[in-house]
Amino acid sequence: MHIDKDLVAASATPLVLGILADGESYGYAILKRVNELSGGQMHWTDGMLYPLLHRLERLGLVESSWGTSDIGRKRKHYAITSAGRAALVERQEQWTVVADALAQVWRSTQQPDRIIEEWA
Amino acid sequence: MTVDELQPDPHEGLEAQIAQWRRYVQRREAISAADVDEMEDHLRERIDELSAAGLDDEESFLVAVKRMGSLDAVSQEFAREHSDRLWKQLVLVSSSPAGSTRTSRELAVMLVVAMAAGLATKAGLQLLSATSFALNAALIVLPFVAGYLGWKRRLSGPAIAVTAAIFVVPAIAINVYPFDAGGSTMIIAALHTPVVAWGAVGLVYVGGRWRSQDRRMDFVRFSGELAIYFTLLALGGGVLLGLLATVFGLAEVPSGVIESVMADWLLPLAVPGALVVAGWLVEAKQNVVENIAPVLTKVFTPLTLMMLVACLVALIRAGSLVEADRTLLIVMDAILLLVLCLLLYSISARDPLAPPQFFDGLLVAVLVAALAVDAVAMTAMASRIAEFGASPNKVVALGLNVLLLAQLAWSAVLGGGFCAGRRPFAQLCGWQTRFLPAYLIWAGFVVLVVPPVFGFA
Repeated sequence: MHIDKDLVAASATPLVLGILADGESYGYAILKRVNELSGGQMHWTDGMLYPLLHRLERLGLVESSWGTSDIGRKRKHYAITSAGRAALVERQEQWTVVADALAQVWRSTQQPDRIIEEWA
Repeated sequence: MTVDELQPDPHEGLEAQIAQWRRYVQRREAISAADVDEMEDHLRERIDELSAAGLDDEESFLVAVKRMGSLDAVSQEFAREHSDRLWKQLVLVSSSPAGSTRTSRELAVMLVVAMAAGLATKAGLQLLSATSFALNAALIVLPFVAGYLGWKRRLSGPAIAVTAAIFVVPAIAINVYPFDAGGSTMIIAALHTPVVAWGAVGLVYVGGRWRSQDRRMDFVRFSGELAIYFTLLALGGGVLLGLLATVFGLAEVPSGVIESVMADWLLPLAVPGALVVAGWLVEAKQNVVENIAPVLTKVFTPLTLMMLVACLVALIRAGSLVEADRTLLIVMDAILLLVLCLLLYSISARDPLAPPQFFDGLLVAVLVAALAVDAVAMTAMASRIAEFGASPNKVVALGLNVLLLAQLAWSAVLGGGFCAGRRPFAQLCGWQTRFLPAYLIWAGFVVLVVPPVFGFA
C-alpha cells in the first residue's frame, strides 16, 4: 500500500519523538523501528530523516551527542528533551482528536475499498 | 573485525565506493562534514544488513545508496533546515575550533604570498622594459599562485622540481631568444607562455598526482571558479578605484598624482594579489560557484547554439568570398575555445550518474554546430592558406584549430553515444581530462620551437 507523502510527513515528527521517548537512539535504528511499527508499510527515504532530526534538535525537542557504535564507528545519538516530551504529549492529543474523528467517519461510511480489503 | 584489519581488506572495492559517495555528498554546500559522517554510518549499517541478507558488496552499496534517496532532494531538505550554512561557509575564518589554527595560518600565508606577488610584479615593471615585462608577466605572477597551492598541498620534492622546470625553461627561452621587436613570434610566445605557466599551476594543484583524471577535472573546476572570483574582485576593485579617483578629483588632487598612484602602485600590487586571493577563495570555499557554473552553462549553451547557427548561415552564404585571412582562423579558434569551455563546465558540473537529459542533447548540438562552422570556414580558406605559404601566425592558429577540432569531434561522438544510451558518461568525461595535457605540450612547443623555426620574425 502506498501511503500519501503528506501523511508520512505529518506523522514523522510524532513518530520520531515517540520512538525517542522510549530511549536514546540513532538514525538507522529509528528508521528500523518505524518500519517495524508500520509493518513495513511506511517507507521513508533514508536521507530525509536527518534534516528532520536536525530540525527537532534546533527546536530543542531532541538533543544529540556523538558516540561510537559497538564496532567503533562514529555515531550520532539522539535523546528526547523535556520540551520534546511536552511536544509529544501535545501531538498525541492532536492525533487522538484526528484519529477519533476519522474513526467515526469510517464507521458511518461503508467504503467499498474497505470491504474488498477485508475479503482479501 | 580488528584481526581482519590486519589482512588485506576484502572489501576494498566497497570502501572505495563509499569514499567516492562521501566525496560526492560532501560537495553539497548544505550538507556539512558531520552530516556526511552521520549518513555514512547509516549507509554502512544498511550495507551490513543487506550483506547479512546475502547481497554482495556492490549490490548492497547500490541498494543502500538508493534507499538514501535522491541527493538533490535530500540536500534541498538539508538546505531548508540549514540555509545559514550556505552563507556561513563564506565567512573567511572557520568558526569551528578544530582546524581553525590551520585556517588562520593559511590566511596569513595567503596574504604574504599575495603581497609578494604584487611586489614581484612591481619589481618586474621597474626593472624590465615594457615588452620584456609583457613576455614575462605570467612567469612572474603565476609562480606565486603555484607557491601558495604547493604550500597547501605539501608538495613533494620531485613535483616541486618538475613544476619549477616548467616555469624556468620557458623563462630562459623567451628571455634568451633574439626576438625581432614587435615580431609575430614574440607576440605568439607572449600569448602561449601563460598557458604553459598555468599548466605548471595545474601540476601543483593536483598535488603531483597528474595521472588522476578526477584531480584534473578538479583543476578544470578550480580554473573556472578562479576566473569568476577574479572577475568579481576586479569589478569590486574597479568600483573602489573609481570612487577614489572621483573624490580625489573633487578634492582637486592633481590628476597626475592619481594616475601615477594607480598605474605605478595600485594596479601592479593589486592585480597579481587579487589572483592569489581568488585562488585562496576558491580553495577556502570550494564549490560555492559550483552552483553558478551549471547555471551559466545552461544559460549560454542555447545562446551559443544560436550564435553558431547564425555564423554557419553567414559563412555558407558568403561561400568563397569569405575574407580568408588569419583573422578568420583566429576567430574560429576563439569559437572552438568557447565551445570547449562550455563543454568542460557542463561536464564538470554534471552529476555523472544522471541519465542523458535534454541538456546533454543540446550540448551535442552545440558541438556539431561548432564543428560545422569550423569545417565551412576551413574549406573556404584551405586553398588560400596553401597559396600564401606558412607564417608563424597561420601555423600556430592552424595547429590550435586541429587540436580543438580533435577534442571536440571525438567529444561529439562520445556525447552522441551517451545521449543515445550506448556509452557511459564516464567516457565523455575521461576524454576531456585525458586531452588536457595536449594543450600544455602544444603551448610549450609554440613557445620553445616556433620562434627559432621562423627566425624570431
